[in-house]
Amino acid sequence: MNTKETLEPVESEEAPPIIGENLPRPEGIRKVCGTALYADDLKFDSCLFGRTVRSPAPRGRVRHIAFGEGIPWDEFVIVLPDDIPGENAVTLIEKSQPFLATSVRHIGEPVALIAHHDRALLNKALKAITVEIDEEPAIFSIEEALEGKEIQYGRDNIFKEYRITRGKLEEAFSEADHVLEGVYETGAQEQLYIEPQGVIARADPKGEVTIWGSIQCPFYVQKALAPLFALSPEKVRVIQTETGGGFGGKEEYPNLLSGHAALLSYRAGGAVVRMIYDRREDLFVTPKRHPSRTRIKSAFRKDGTFLGLEVDFVLDGGAYPTLSSTVLSRGILHSFGPYRIPHADLRARVVFTNSTPYGAFRGFGAPQSIFALELHLDRVAHELGLDPAELRRRNFVKKGDTFPTGQVIKEEIDLALLMDTALKKADYARKRKAYEEENRKNPRVKRGISLSVFFHGSGFTGSGEVMLGSKAAVRLLKDGSVEVLSANVEFGQGTNAMFTQITAAILGIPPEWVRIHQPDTAVVPNSGPTVASRTTMIVGRLVERAARRLRERVLEEGGLSQGYTGEEFRETAKRLAAREEFREEAQYVPPPDVHWDEQRYQGEAYSGYSWSCDVADVEVDMTTFQAEVKHFVSVVECGTVVNPIIAAGQIEGGIAQSIGYALYEDVHTERGVMVNNQYTNYIIPTTADIPSIEVSFIRFPLCNYGPFAAKGIGELPADGPAPAVAAAVAHALGYRYINKIPLLPERIAAVVLEEEETAA
Amino acid sequence: MTEPLDRMTLTLTVNGRTIKVAVHPMARLLDILREEIGLTGTKEGCGEGECGACTVLMNGVPVLACLTPACQVDGAEVVTVEGLAKETLHPIQQAFLEEGGAQCGICTPGMLISAFYYLEHPECAENLREALAGNQCRCTGYTKIFSSVRKAAERLGKTIPEV
Ligand code: FES
Ligand code: FES
Repeated sequence: MNTKETLEPVESEEAPPIIGENLPRPEGIRKVCGTALYADDLKFDSCLFGRTVRSPAPRGRVRHIAFGEGIPWDEFVIVLPDDIPGENAVTLIEKSQPFLATSVRHIGEPVALIAHHDRALLNKALKAITVEIDEEPAIFSIEEALEGKEIQYGRDNIFKEYRITRGKLEEAFSEADHVLEGVYETGAQEQLYIEPQGVIARADPKGEVTIWGSIQCPFYVQKALAPLFALSPEKVRVIQTETGGGFGGKEEYPNLLSGHAALLSYRAGGAVVRMIYDRREDLFVTPKRHPSRTRIKSAFRKDGTFLGLEVDFVLDGGAYPTLSSTVLSRGILHSFGPYRIPHADLRARVVFTNSTPYGAFRGFGAPQSIFALELHLDRVAHELGLDPAELRRRNFVKKGDTFPTGQVIKEEIDLALLMDTALKKADYARKRKAYEEENRKNPRVKRGISLSVFFHGSGFTGSGEVMLGSKAAVRLLKDGSVEVLSANVEFGQGTNAMFTQITAAILGIPPEWVRIHQPDTAVVPNSGPTVASRTTMIVGRLVERAARRLRERVLEEGGLSQGYTGEEFRETAKRLAAREEFREEAQYVPPPDVHWDEQRYQGEAYSGYSWSCDVADVEVDMTTFQAEVKHFVSVVECGTVVNPIIAAGQIEGGIAQSIGYALYEDVHTERGVMVNNQYTNYIIPTTADIPSIEVSFIRFPLCNYGPFAAKGIGELPADGPAPAVAAAVAHALGYRYINKIPLLPERIAAVVLEEEETAA
Repeated sequence: MTEPLDRMTLTLTVNGRTIKVAVHPMARLLDILREEIGLTGTKEGCGEGECGACTVLMNGVPVLACLTPACQVDGAEVVTVEGLAKETLHPIQQAFLEEGGAQCGICTPGMLISAFYYLEHPECAENLREALAGNQCRCTGYTKIFSSVRKAAERLGKTIPEV
């Protein structure tokens, strides 16, 4: 790519009125009529159903797969590892897990595949198969991995390690009036998209593979399947179907699942194979948010000045590397928060265990590290006798300050304003006092209120976007409308509306004349995966630039003059489109002065950050020890808001998930797998549990690299709620901190009862 | 998917159309709708009666199609999401569209049916929260679903209690 070209920041306050309008989502009409087609809704004349034979043991060699009696096996399509035509490894960041294992590393690992057209018989057959394993000892915890038990990856069970240092930490500790240490833990969390994972495959033995499915990253699937069938990537066509939620859960897993369905199809001579998981299987085998353990040691002056921060951030990666290194990276790059910290030593590791591989989930490592830091700061404030808001106020970064990565803040940010707006909306100051008084008198219900302040970087980390070199395109259609071509999928977060608004704004046409092409690798350019809060800021800018180019050409070649009407544009577009393919593309170019040192982990980690402050208002029932959020306030700065209803909806939904993360959502594992893998046993917030959620947006002076100065928001709301809720619960409990989420009643009870015992 | 001997023939009215199907007596209403009749608007989120994505009206009341066996639906009148719009969208659909009540849309069919029923029978639940407690949504945090239903209520001239 042309690396000389650089991107200019967008500063203009003036955007066409369509930017900031609440355009209803373009695909919404199909969603409210029930005509939107999700993977399981697609019809094929005939098809087979596929299922996966899985390991019952967490580690060992597969000795034998016994196909039991009473099943007409000759009617079945069966795939064993030896039947794989190409490479038996999922290509992601590195070659990761096998499509079918001969030596297993976790319970539930796929070892064979079967298909039949009769679903009832298929399910019966699956039960008749026994997988015999020569079992070896396995490990299931971060501690066991770090102790070096049963080394199964590299020399030390560590998939990846990062270190960020700045200043001299010893000086901070010797200068400090106050040093505090703490260990914070977060459990795994299930994405629980309501549409389970599902794909449909046709793998023609002549060498063409087509996948339809519930997929966040169509080109990832293409990249994973080409080597599996020893095909060139263009021979693998991946089409995204309407996707019923993903939240990261459909970033990587569809690679494996698509491979399975395609292998069965290949073996069946090209018959269509459907693999739609039921809920139990989905919960049992798909990757979840990485469990974490973070050790923090902080140095403060007694006036609340932040002097130094030591972080030891560890994630459980599970049995294969998958995306863990990048999750770890985002985690450590969000571990220091929006504070001025002169001395820092931040260490991050992700370790191997014999657990189902953990994976992408909205926030991608940041929720874990931010949980640790923000809750820790609440404790520091308490010990210093400062209000937690005040402690933060004294340390916020502003323009010209430097993060521990060496990145200098170039935006005119005002985090005190952001925080104060949230505090005021939440009536924080009054409530904080009032609750303390009330709590003294009321033994049955304790109330608390606290906050978190945090940021989330938009786009891939470091040089990730340069390496991706994404492309998006727009083209004229014969009816004079304009079509956007990108690989970024709509899965509820509003891609379609956002691209439509940007395109309509640039071209000066009504949004009804903009179409979005369904992501289909045979048609759209590779604009990269739909992850990392990158769709608006990074891909939106590509769409904007492509639309500008298109506009210039339409003006020039169509003889249209500036100030044209929409109708004139349309007529000209029709004429031009009739002649030839009229299409313009834009490729990613980095902002100026962006440097990233992968070795030292120093530089501009992200080219834009969104900022937010959350305030959680909670109640703890002292009889049941159930904590509940009563009211939640979130103030967000994400530059220009392209579509306020959709943006607020993203934030509200993220908050609901994160309240679940903080209070209810307990992935219960035994020997590395989820054992409460039923909808009934994994509790997510319902309408009955969700508090009133108040979301608002503020804007700092605009200056960033997104389209019309818009930044990402998808993951931001996954970061702040959990620590705000945990700090509010601590406030309710009279500053008794529970450093581990979810804050299940038994954890709360343990802390309260222990104290009572000690008192007695 | 089953032996022909196990089949029973039943007649049901779906969205005003009377249909005869031959299915296994234990087939689920969900499969009858999706596979026999081709109405895929009704979704399966869990298959065990927890998520509400499969909610339809049967003889006027909401049921979970994943838990309703064929033997119970003979002669029944069923309304699915596909039956809500007449000439134009029903106000509840229009409101979901305008207010952001649908994000990924997978819970929407069931959510719309429950909301539709609540607007027709506000007396059946204490409030909107209770009325929709059986329908889970992982995308919206419910806030925009509440505002969608309130908007529809307004347009229909109904008063519903605050959530
Ligand atoms: S599919 Fe029927 S309740 Fe979930
Ligand atoms: S809109 Fe996605 S689950 Fe409700």
